[in-house]
This record gives sequence, structure tokens and C-alpha cells, in this order.
Amino acid sequence: MVSPAHYIALAVILFVIGSVGVLIRRNAIVVFMCVELMLNAVNLAFVGFARMHGNLDGQVIAFFVMVVAAAEVVVGLAILTTIFRARRSASVDEANLLKY
Amino acid sequence: MSHPDVLAAGAAATTQGIAFWLLAVISVVAGLGLVLVRRAVHCAVLLAVVMLCLAVLYALAGAPFLAFVQVIVYTGAVLMLFLFVLMMVGVTASDSIVETIRGQRLWAGLAGIALLVLLALTVGHAVIGPAAPATAQFGNANVQGVATLIFTTYVFPFEVTSALLITAALGAMVLAHRERTTPKPTQRDLARRRVASGSPAPLPGPGTYARHNAVDMPALLPDGSPSTLSVSSAISRRTDPGQRELSGAAPGGPADSGAGDHGAGDHGASDQGAGDQGATLPSEAGAGRPRGEARW
Repeated sequence: MVSPAHYIALAVILFVIGSVGVLIRRNAIVVFMCVELMLNAVNLAFVGFARMHGNLDGQVIAFFVMVVAAAEVVVGLAILTTIFRARRSASVDEANLLKY
Repeated sequence: MSHPDVLAAGAAATTQGIAFWLLAVISVVAGLGLVLVRRAVHCAVLLAVVMLCLAVLYALAGAPFLAFVQVIVYTGAVLMLFLFVLMMVGVTASDSIVETIRGQRLWAGLAGIALLVLLALTVGHAVIGPAAPATAQFGNANVQGVATLIFTTYVFPFEVTSALLITAALGAMVLAHRERTTPKPTQRDLARRRVASGSPAPLPGPGTYARHNAVDMPALLPDGSPSTLSVSSAISRRTDPGQRELSGAAPGGPADSGAGDHGAGDHGASDQGAGDQGATLPSEAGAGRPRGEARW
């Protein structure tokens, strides 16, 4: 029998994988994908908790997370396109003008 | 509860368990692949696998509405946007394996393990109860239940979301917009440029007089030397010079570096590249544009 704890455990694993990906990948688009993975993991946890409590509030929150994630992806990818146009590279190491 | 009902409930639970473990393993493996695979396109495909697995998991956990939203919004829209930008940025671009910060991967892995331990301990200490008894709002009445919540309790966040979406769309348009600084060349301008370039006729086709007529096989000139102009620069950039030598026409040294290298660069350098080539290959003099620019 699948209990909500199973969903939470899977969400934890996926979240950790996504966060490690954000730390080690250099391509900004892949970093974005890993952020999406983390958001999806959190959504899974929300759905699991909604199942545990027996009401739908968790599902509604997950729905809002999806909407915000879609908006974030749109703006983030537009920024990436602009950076790529200026610097001909999508690597996170290249965009370092604010560093010095 | 009669005997067949118990059996049916047990079978349903078993099926659910099998589906959960299968999808969990697939999604974790695909997630690991997303982190480890080098090509960005493969990462996108693996992310699609994870998202589809999660959609089925939502349906299993009593959230059919979210399952559909997951497929439509994430796998449909967001991932397509990712692929679109990937195609713009260049699909062949793969991650460099050079560490710019020394020991970064090691420390990132350690941080990941630490985070996993932390979260596992937290979740392990928390009291996560069993699933509440299944009601209609986790089945057929799910859409109605979610809609009731969105339009009563969460109506204000829902309205704010619309403002967020409009702002995001505007922001994307402003960020991705590029003002045209030069007037767009008309057909008349293009025709004039073509005549002024000295070779109004089409460029030579690949494979003429060569061993075979594949698109990557340069045509042979009357003196037996290969014509670099006959092969698109996008192709000659990809083919290995040694391989071409093996398969027939011997590549000339200076001619080979002509259109390929300069055509690959930015548009400003392409005129100069064609000029160099005209100087090194007298038999092709007058052909003022590299092939890649003309075709692609």
C-alpha cells in the first residue's frame, strides 16, 4: 500500500537530485531544468500532504506553484536569450560582469 | 464488505503499489540522468520523462486535475519553451567538463548528501499519517473541488496570479525584443548585391566529377582540385577532412580552410573569408560569397 510517506520520500530524493544539479551544471539552461525538477518535487510533496490531510488545499497550492513556475521559466529563458545574444555563450561562468 | 470486494480492494492497492515503485524508480533514474548527461537536449528529454512520471503519480495520489495540468503546462508548454531556447542557443553546445572552481563537484556532491541526510532526518522525525479515507474529491469530484477552492478561498491569490502572468509575458517580450538598427534588405537590394558580387549564377553543385555525388563531396574543378564552394560551409565544418580524403577527392590545404572556417564565424568576417579564398583559388575567382551564407 502506498502511503503519503512514500510520496514525501520520493519528493525528497528528487529535490536533492535537482539541487545537486543546480550546483554542478554549467549550462544555464540545464540549471533551469534542475530548478524545474526541484519545483516538481515540491509539488509532489504538496500532493502527498493533500492526500494525507484529506482536503484539496495542497493541490491548489501545487497548482499555484505550477503557474508561478511557468512565469519564472518564461522570464528566465528570455534573460538567457538576451545573455546568449550578447556573449554567445549559455555558460553560467561567462556572465560575471557584476563580480568585480 | 463481501469477499469479492475485499479482493478487489487488495488488488487495486497492489496495482497502485507496483505503479508507484515503477514510476519512482524511473523518475529517480531519469533525474540522475538529467544531472549526469552532458548534452542539453538529452537533459530535456530526461526532464520530460520525470514530468510524465510525476503526472501519473499525481493521478495515483488522487489529483487527476493536477495530473492533466502537469502534462499540459509542464510537458507541453514549459518543456517546449526549453527546447525552443535550446535550438536557438545551439543544440550541439554541450557542457564543458572543465571545473572552473577547483573541487566544485566534490563539494557539491557532499552538500547534496548532507541535504539528503538533513531532509531524511526531518521527514523521518515528522509524523506523516496514513492517507485519509478516499472521498469523491480525490476521484470524480476532484475538478469541482479544486474549482470551488480556487474561486472561494483562494480567489485573491488567483487574481494576483493573472497580474503575475501578464507581467511575465510583458517582461519576456521586452527582454527578447531586439530593435532593428538597419533597414531590412528588399528583394531589389538582394538582387543588386548578388549581381555586384560577381557571380550571379548559382554556386557549383556538390559531387560534380567526383567519385560520388553526396552533399558533402566537393565537386572537382577541371584541374582536378576540389571546389570548396560546392559544399555548404555548415557541412564542411562537420565532416572530418581525413575522412573526405579517404573517400575520394583530396582536399587542397588552403582551399579547405576557406569557406568552412570563415563561414562559421560571424557575418562580418564572411566577406573577408570569401576574399581570401578567391585569392588562393584562381579557378574560382569571382565567386564572392561562401556557400553557407547563400544557402543557410
